[in-house]
Amino acid sequence: MGTEESKVLQVRDLHVQLKTKNGVTDLIQDINFELKTGKILGLIGESGCGKTITSMSILQLLNPKETTIEGSIMLKGQELNGLVEKEMRKIRGKDIAFIMQNPMNAFTPVFTIGHQFVETIRSHTNWNKKQATELAIEAMKQVNLPDPDKLLKYYPFQLSGGMLQRVMIAIAASLHPAIIIADEPTTALDVNNQKKVLRHLDKVRSEYGSAILLISHDLGVIAELADEVAVMQHGKIVEKADVFQLFDAPKHEYTKKLLNARSTLYLDEPVINLI
Amino acid sequence: MSLLQVNEVTHSYENRTFFKWKNRSRKVLSDITFSIEEGTCLGILGTSGAGKSTLGKVLLGLQKPQYGQILFQGHDIYNADKHIRQKLRRDLQVVFQDSHSAVNPRMTAERIIAEPLENYEKLTLDEQKRAVIELLEKVGLGEKDLKKYPHQFSGGQLQRVNIARAIALKPKLIVLDESVSSLDMVTQTLILELLRELKEDFGLSYFFITHDIKAAYTISDTLGVLEKGELIEHYNSKKDFFTSEHPIVKEMRSSMLAEHPRFRSIGTRNSTL
Amino acid sequence: MITSIRMRFKNQRVIPICSTILGILFIIAIVAPWIAPHDPIAVNLAYKLQSPSWNYPLGTDHLGRCNLSRILYGARISLGFAMLIFISSLAIGLLIGTFSGYKGGWVDHVLMRFCDGVMAFPSLILVLGLVGIFGPGLPQVILALMLVQWVYYARMFRGMVLSLKEQNFISAAKISGSSQWKIIKNHIIPNVLPPLVVMGTLEMGWAIMDISAMSFLGLGVQSPTPEWGAMIHEGKSYIRTNPELMLYPGLSIMLVIVTFNLLGEALSERYGVKRRF
Repeated sequence: MGTEESKVLQVRDLHVQLKTKNGVTDLIQDINFELKTGKILGLIGESGCGKTITSMSILQLLNPKETTIEGSIMLKGQELNGLVEKEMRKIRGKDIAFIMQNPMNAFTPVFTIGHQFVETIRSHTNWNKKQATELAIEAMKQVNLPDPDKLLKYYPFQLSGGMLQRVMIAIAASLHPAIIIADEPTTALDVNNQKKVLRHLDKVRSEYGSAILLISHDLGVIAELADEVAVMQHGKIVEKADVFQLFDAPKHEYTKKLLNARSTLYLDEPVINLI
Repeated sequence: MSLLQVNEVTHSYENRTFFKWKNRSRKVLSDITFSIEEGTCLGILGTSGAGKSTLGKVLLGLQKPQYGQILFQGHDIYNADKHIRQKLRRDLQVVFQDSHSAVNPRMTAERIIAEPLENYEKLTLDEQKRAVIELLEKVGLGEKDLKKYPHQFSGGQLQRVNIARAIALKPKLIVLDESVSSLDMVTQTLILELLRELKEDFGLSYFFITHDIKAAYTISDTLGVLEKGELIEHYNSKKDFFTSEHPIVKEMRSSMLAEHPRFRSIGTRNSTL
Repeated sequence: MITSIRMRFKNQRVIPICSTILGILFIIAIVAPWIAPHDPIAVNLAYKLQSPSWNYPLGTDHLGRCNLSRILYGARISLGFAMLIFISSLAIGLLIGTFSGYKGGWVDHVLMRFCDGVMAFPSLILVLGLVGIFGPGLPQVILALMLVQWVYYARMFRGMVLSLKEQNFISAAKISGSSQWKIIKNHIIPNVLPPLVVMGTLEMGWAIMDISAMSFLGLGVQSPTPEWGAMIHEGKSYIRTNPELMLYPGLSIMLVIVTFNLLGEALSERYGVKRRF
């Protein structure tokens, strides 16, 4: 099974509180999980259950004036909680990559894709523009994006949501990060593009061995990709299991409720086999 | 006579500029023909840009198509006289996708739901209040929600308010334009359940527009597929969607996500145990 | 980081402090006849250009009139009429702008081109021109200011209505059977007004400036009516010997406008409203 070396991220007893005028509110508590090399952990729950807070705290992007973070977040042995901003900046993008829900918002509309891709690469390496461009093209070819040279010259508004999301994944993967956090990567996309994007993510995982934290409220996404699943409700992880185990034998009431929600949308048995 | 009969509806958007010779038109709907019977739900599937929302607007009487007619309860909704149109109006209602932008942010739930009642029924303030409470209870909310403002509701709850408003006048047909698409999975199921109950209890017909195949299949009786403005397939029995050999429908089926990891087409197949 | 703390702190105090100051000023304007020590237009040449004393707390001007009384009465004109101009031009602009935006088409085109025409002139020049036609006098100045001001509001309201029109709740209201007028009354106007109340505080400052400017030029208030701008105009001949004749009214104008502006900025920051310029 997973040896100590394959554990890339270890989150222990993560507890985030929000400071308000009236005191403190718990946003997430008792959060424990691990990300292993080349494995995908699915994080599922309703809107507002704390999934995004969890990912934001790993990236240390929460506002320290409004929130307190307790607990340990160890990236390959280095403690991230409380790390100085300067060090954290080196880690973001290079060791931990982030893919957000709406690809349109991730790109600056006034610069070409190529410009932003190259800028990201160069901010983490010493390469010049030519080398960075080559790496960008290579990264896009690796994940089967068509015509990478042409693609680099496009502006964000010229590409569809699905295309942009795949480019974002290519950028995220280009520096071979140890971890990729994908926050609702398919929610803003058309059904046709959802599977393409998920395939893309899977390829990145198998090519580079990145560990992926896949956050979604859609059980279909989890069923397609995840190796392990953590179910969140009201800021806590209520169940954590291997994906097959979760779907076949859910233990917690809430997990059962989630799965039953799927079954009323289930199609008749004979029809399932036709898909 | 069908409740709704749509004949050869065609519509394009014109990019009108000041200098007429630069006219460029974009065909959004081509020759759409179908009908909906009383008490049934027609699900319309299509990707974004296929023309689904335009079709919804045309059906609702908000956008007159360049060509074609919409016959609701036997009357042409765009060419009938005012008095008939007013009568037809109350029988054709809507629930939009984004629950928040479909309500006036400065109105309480009570006023929002009461608006159609004010327009058509002559009720006293008390009777109106009681009617609104009854509607709230039908959709799973209650008297305590009367004085709340939209921002005090969650997306799912606010969608229930929208549904309460839509059924206030006991309509015959409701256009549901991606009504559950913005909600999370659990809430989607609950709202679909509610819609199904209401359909049975009141004999409603639905025009259910969506890109989500599973949601459409759950609530619809018949299915249609819209692609680039054309109604390429129409299945009187929804099961036929899954046996159709049409290339576009096949592509749609292949883009459906797995129900259970053992059906997955991506990801590692074996349990790690 | 420190600046952001200070900014948040500032906003917490600014709104209540400014509102209090303005509240006091309005009350003063209303009760001026009862608290002013003397009749502001009573001429008494024997006492002209006196320094502050118990009898005349701010001294007298070149005609022996009590400065304090003139300042207090002047507040009524500056604040009162500024309010009048603001509310009436707002009302006209609201009606025309909302109607134009909702109707669209030809109506909208024609109305907006008219507004464009008016807005092509620097507003003060246009007011001067109108006053030239109407003749000098306070009612004429107020009328001229109203006629020029409403087009800015009309454009603003029209823009807001255009974006509101696209919102689904307007379509939903139509589908519920609401008439055009009912939609404008219940849905459009209530959503358009609140940002304007905030903007109004900034506009008030401008209105006061405009009245004072016109009076300073001798076109607005006619003597002997006390008005701050007119007082500066009258006092300018004595700038070397009795600068206070200009200072008192000048500082009053400054106090009111600065307070309005600070309040307006704090409110627009708090409620996220974009400003006119």
